[in-house]
Amino acid sequence: MTNYVIQRLVYLVFLLWMVSVVTFVVIQLPPGDYLSTYISRLEQAGQDLSDEEVDNLRRQYGLDLPLFARYFKWISQVVTGDFGFSFDWQQPVRDIIGERLALTFTIAILSAMFTYVVAIPIGIYSATHQYSVADYVVSIIGFIGLAIPNFMLALIMLYVGFKAYGLNLTGLFSPEYITAPWDLAKVGDLLLHLPIPIIVIGTGGTAGLIRVLRGTLLDELNKQYVITARSKGVGEAQLLFKYPVRVALNPIISSLAWLFPSLISGGTITAIVLGLPTAGPMLYRALITQDTFLTATLLMFVTILTVVGTTVSDILLVVVDPRIRMERAAS
Amino acid sequence: MLKRIGLGRSKPADAQARFDESYFLASQRQLIWRKFRRHRLAMFSLVIVLFLYSIAIFAEFYTINDHHKRHVKYAKAPPHTLYFIDEDGQFHLVPFIYEMKQELDMDTLQRNYSELRSRRFHLKFFVEGQPYKLLGLIDSNIHLVGVDEPALFFPFGTDELGRDLFSRTMHAARISLSIGFVGVIISFCLGCLIGGISGYFGGTVDLVIQRVIEFIISIPQIPLWMALAAALPPEWSSTQVYFGITIVLATVGWTTLARAVRGKLLELREADFVMAARISNMGDIDIIVKHLLPSFASFLIVVLSLSVPGMILAETALSFLQIGIRPPAVSWGVLLQDAQNVRSLSQSPWLLIPGLFVIVTVLAFNFLGDGLRDAADPYKQ
Repeated sequence: MTNYVIQRLVYLVFLLWMVSVVTFVVIQLPPGDYLSTYISRLEQAGQDLSDEEVDNLRRQYGLDLPLFARYFKWISQVVTGDFGFSFDWQQPVRDIIGERLALTFTIAILSAMFTYVVAIPIGIYSATHQYSVADYVVSIIGFIGLAIPNFMLALIMLYVGFKAYGLNLTGLFSPEYITAPWDLAKVGDLLLHLPIPIIVIGTGGTAGLIRVLRGTLLDELNKQYVITARSKGVGEAQLLFKYPVRVALNPIISSLAWLFPSLISGGTITAIVLGLPTAGPMLYRALITQDTFLTATLLMFVTILTVVGTTVSDILLVVVDPRIRMERAAS
Repeated sequence: MLKRIGLGRSKPADAQARFDESYFLASQRQLIWRKFRRHRLAMFSLVIVLFLYSIAIFAEFYTINDHHKRHVKYAKAPPHTLYFIDEDGQFHLVPFIYEMKQELDMDTLQRNYSELRSRRFHLKFFVEGQPYKLLGLIDSNIHLVGVDEPALFFPFGTDELGRDLFSRTMHAARISLSIGFVGVIISFCLGCLIGGISGYFGGTVDLVIQRVIEFIISIPQIPLWMALAAALPPEWSSTQVYFGITIVLATVGWTTLARAVRGKLLELREADFVMAARISNMGDIDIIVKHLLPSFASFLIVVLSLSVPGMILAETALSFLQIGIRPPAVSWGVLLQDAQNVRSLSQSPWLLIPGLFVIVTVLAFNFLGDGLRDAADPYKQ
């Protein structure tokens, strides 16, 4: 058990290193760099730069170095907590991403909770009431939830909210709280705005989970031990929750590993549509303006969040399920 | 064959088929088709998918107006209402529309449309209209639906520039539907190659490849796709962008396929029926051709049909964010760009219609895949 956890943590360190390499390579892909955008913007503003000035700028931003040297320079700064300077925001990256990453993470966790709270009871109900009207309705809604692009659901909810209630549901804060310092009132305002993004981001995963849970539970319900327990006179409710549900929850826990990346991933576009102050819209803008250091840092942190989430869910699975514990301990 | 009959659990509904002699004589393909036909939802989805692809192939035939033409007099016009009953309360078998007239509300500066009830324009089928080349080869000018001049028919309304949304949606099907296919084929080739190598060599190679796959899967897809798509050079032509996007989608998509291929290969290699064939002195080639390939092929079709929707959704999302397909090329995602904010949505909600096509396509592929999976599984009756 301890061995396994240590093994996973060592592997996690290796993964984090891979993440840094991949993000660095990905952000080096676009032709041109921030400087060329910056120069063309200056030229549009009627300011001419001499070749010498351009060279100076290149050197200042380290763009004249070969690729691996730039990676090394970047990663050695990152390790010390210096993520570079955002050309676009004209601020150190570290100062602008903290709150956004915290909100991204909060929303992902709340969406995951929403997903489980909705999916588990519905999954159990539709498995125990197979082929009932409710089962069909849930299945149909689930399929539609699976098929509808996240951003479209967001658009529809915005439209309905606007048409029916005259509400503008974009953003996470009311205008007066956006720049306000954090206090109880601001948290309250945040709580009012959170449900829409959480529902939108959580729906896709919910549909998938209901299907998985229903499937596994149906398999379990047909097994011998259920019949044995029933013939012994165990009450239906007790029987259901004591054995088959516990087994059927297993794939749900392991699903945390893929649910988390998909929540962060789906959250990106939803956040852009809903105008949420999370990492998604910032990444989008940084990609378009080729704001290298900001893109790299955001991409890296979003991936780190998912990789850590996946590792935690893997460890959790071993803690919860004795069968897997034995298997992993043996290997 | 033996296994299929021996292990099948009998259920009352199948009792009839069981005693039917043709059941025992049917080839595997016939059995799959038979089971698939019983799956009504999957059959229905198959029809929908075929219909959608017919739109993609014969888009010009389905269009009503030129999809690039701007009808300035009808900018942001709502969809036409189809009527069956006229002003006098008389019923018409062929539906008709009324011409629309634009009025500018001077207070809000919004365009309002009213119907001119003086003249009815009945829908006509297989009408002659704008000439086009069917499949790029055959000259034709026949369109599915049309109305007499001077009226124009906009079943889905128009966008801000007065372009016919219906015709644009039909044309967009081409890119949206084909990109899923091409993307899946590229990721399939990659997946088979890498998954095959992984399964064949085993040992360290297998371990490394599996770890790399796990790593790629754990990167959040959409941010990665966004970063890769944003890297496509802005001066690329529409065709180059199209292939660029498919490759971007495939770089992430191959991982799941590679895993599935490897897993299935390992499972099949150890399967009882392969052992049985080997014991009965069947040659390797015969085993591969007669046993492994058929069971592998049906598995692949299922996996492929289930991975198409993911690709379609991804393309839609990227194009929606304006880092995918670029106008003037149209895909469903490009069309949805117009519906990006609450204001334009509340004024012209019909701009979301292309999204309905995305939903229907994804649903149809999911049901189709489910049906195929059940049909291809020899142990499921």
